[in-house]
Amino acid sequence: MNQTAHKDYFGAKLGMWLFLFTELLLFGGLFLLYAVYLKRYPHEFATAGRQLDWTLGAANTVILLTSSLSVAMAVTAAQRGETRRVMAMIGGTILCAAGFMSIKYFEWSAKIGHGIYPGSEQLKSGPPGESVFFSLYYITTGIHGLHVVIGALLLAWIALKARSGAVNASDYILLENGALYWHLVDLIWIFIFPLYYLVL
Amino acid sequence: MSNAQPPQASFWNDTGRSGIAAWIFSTDHKRIGLLYLYSTFGFFLTGVLLGLLLRIELIAPGRTIVGPQTYNALFTVHGVVMIFLFILPSFPGAFGNLVMPIQVGARDVAFPRLNLLSWWLYIIGAVIVLVSLFTGGGAPDTGWTFYVPFSARTGTNVSLAVFGVFIIGFSAILTGLNFITTIHRLRAPGMTWDRLPLFTWSLYATAWVQVLATPILAITLVLVMAERLLGTGLFDPARGGDPLMYQHLFWIYSHPAVYIMILPAMGVISDIIPVFSRKPIFGYKMIAFSSLAIAAAGSLVWGHHMFTSGMSDTAVLVFSFLTFIVAIPSAIKVFNWVSTLYRGSISLEAPMLFALSFILLFSIGGLSGLILGAAATDVHVHDTHFVVGHFHYVMFGGSGFAFFAAMHYWLPKFYGRRYAEKPALLAWALMFTGFNLLYFTMQVLGMKGMPRRYYDYLPEFASLNLLATVGSWILAAGLVIMLVNLFRGLRGGVPFEGNPWGGATLEWSVATPPPTENFEEEPLVTHGPYDFEGMGKP
Amino acid sequence: MNEHHIISYRKLTGIWLVLLLLTALTVAITRVELGGYKVLAALTIACAKAGLVIAFFMHMKYEGRLLRWLLFLALLTLAIFIGLTFFDVLYR
Repeated sequence: MNQTAHKDYFGAKLGMWLFLFTELLLFGGLFLLYAVYLKRYPHEFATAGRQLDWTLGAANTVILLTSSLSVAMAVTAAQRGETRRVMAMIGGTILCAAGFMSIKYFEWSAKIGHGIYPGSEQLKSGPPGESVFFSLYYITTGIHGLHVVIGALLLAWIALKARSGAVNASDYILLENGALYWHLVDLIWIFIFPLYYLVL
Repeated sequence: MSNAQPPQASFWNDTGRSGIAAWIFSTDHKRIGLLYLYSTFGFFLTGVLLGLLLRIELIAPGRTIVGPQTYNALFTVHGVVMIFLFILPSFPGAFGNLVMPIQVGARDVAFPRLNLLSWWLYIIGAVIVLVSLFTGGGAPDTGWTFYVPFSARTGTNVSLAVFGVFIIGFSAILTGLNFITTIHRLRAPGMTWDRLPLFTWSLYATAWVQVLATPILAITLVLVMAERLLGTGLFDPARGGDPLMYQHLFWIYSHPAVYIMILPAMGVISDIIPVFSRKPIFGYKMIAFSSLAIAAAGSLVWGHHMFTSGMSDTAVLVFSFLTFIVAIPSAIKVFNWVSTLYRGSISLEAPMLFALSFILLFSIGGLSGLILGAAATDVHVHDTHFVVGHFHYVMFGGSGFAFFAAMHYWLPKFYGRRYAEKPALLAWALMFTGFNLLYFTMQVLGMKGMPRRYYDYLPEFASLNLLATVGSWILAAGLVIMLVNLFRGLRGGVPFEGNPWGGATLEWSVATPPPTENFEEEPLVTHGPYDFEGMGKP
Repeated sequence: MNEHHIISYRKLTGIWLVLLLLTALTVAITRVELGGYKVLAALTIACAKAGLVIAFFMHMKYEGRLLRWLLFLALLTLAIFIGLTFFDVLYR
């Protein structure tokens, strides 16, 4: 037991990618429902989609893309051994995550304030397609938001590891996998944004 | 379970911790495998008891021991326990963990700590499911499929049960990605893909199904919870939802999931048959390939559970056609096993008997599956006892008997002691008889039109139901004898040393029981998994 | 697999700029009246963006063949799940 197995860098990355596939399929189920219901209720989806503020959606898209850039730079910085920059870049990503979540918070609370939430009287009395649209919207963005929070916490923990020197130029798989997770969060949003805020 | 420690240095006594902590916090794949074995098998026995209760209720028409509501809860819990708490996690979790890393020549799986986490998640999920039976509105009464709209409306504790299953899904995903990574990255030098034992091949295919299908189950269960707790209405026709979409999502996972249950079983059979025929496996490449083909084709056929649900006729046609494709790789396996037996020097020891009965029972189950896969005949027998008989032939006669075969084949290796042969044969004979009496009768009943999931039935079904119930007792008696014999033998039986069966896969080349690190030095693999001559055995 | 490709800050920033541009393009294109093609256009651009993120931010362009095949397998599986469901949805 005393000889430590040499770290399988590629194996760790393979494991992470496999996990990302499961995330992809998880959201895939929701996109499947979206596709089916869009086919059934194109007009109701259009009216409902217009009630979402696309400028807020676009702002969040820009924020997430920037956060992705930032964490990708953190990986480059780690590879080059620039520890301070690693932490700065992760800090930038976490800041973006906070910005994203605050915008999300205002969006949701405005909608809920207008009586639009799953099971609300307004949706129950409105056209069925709109109720379906908003239920999907809340579940999809809700689960996505949860992933943003988890990703930010994960990256914060990795930043601490970087400060203590556990993530460094010769061993940065933790950061790389954390970054992969974060990019996935971004990827999902790249599809959520046009489908919910822009389409029709 | 730790009473059976043999004297020499093995994974049984080489540990930094003591007592129960040496087990529940161990990252050794063999200990985790045994944890899985005992926890899943405990749930299996629970499920057996529930099944026996169901059969007693059906021994005669009318109310015998329970009323309709209790009966609904009984068959739901029987299904949930057997499927989510036993068959799905048991093969990869128990024997996958015990054997696979040694078979590929590795010291452990790729992510040992994740492996332990996966067992913990399984236990946490299982406990949540158990808690759900006694809290809230009581045990779920929806059937293990949790179909909407009933599951969204019933007052029983569906939300918590579904949450427990969600956690268990997480555990399955972790096992799956761990195994894929292990098989890709940790094979010993010389362990090429075409020297991989077929059990490991089957686990590889299984792991892909676990990784790619389980997330769909996860999101489906989340949606059921949202339906109940938030009133999302996504499956509620009154609010624009479509209940059939629930069935689609559920079976997109749950049909591939039956291949999580049966593929490793086929792998076990592929490993046992050549050893007890003293002959290399026939058609190694085709068997390995057919595992992947079953996993792939199995992901295309979920709609055959929905022929009578009101799906479009086009979809019925497409899914019915695709279903027949799965028969091809399954048949490839059966034919190759039979060809392996041909002119082999067959020794009918306990593992082999279970393996041979697997071939027969799985074939009956598989062929009755074709009757269900053909849309026209399915309409006739859908939701009858024919379906119940069919999947018990595949799941119990298939996976279950393969599990027993694996227990008799591999457990002596890990305990260093073995069971007695004669009681094992007696147990097998009883189980085989009882099994066919029970489930073949069910299929006949189904053909005659007895629907499933009712606590009562028409008087003309009485005599066959009595027969089936008697069969369930014979089966249970055999099971008890098998377990007593097996575990008594593992604790205090005759020592089991070296490689008495002459297996050529790597797990037979290490000490019995295996040391913690499996191999003293990294093995160099020079022969194929069924090359009995290459390993120096006549 | 010991050599790790390092992507320069400049290149990453370039990709980011392209992504922002594509985002602007999606917004612009969906403001125009295109009817049913809107969905197609928006999704095509989204796929392009996703491709860029995967290739460069997630380093897939510099990975071996194995990971690419596996990613393809995962996406294909999802496509099949959605596609086969539509045999029901389209013809009901």
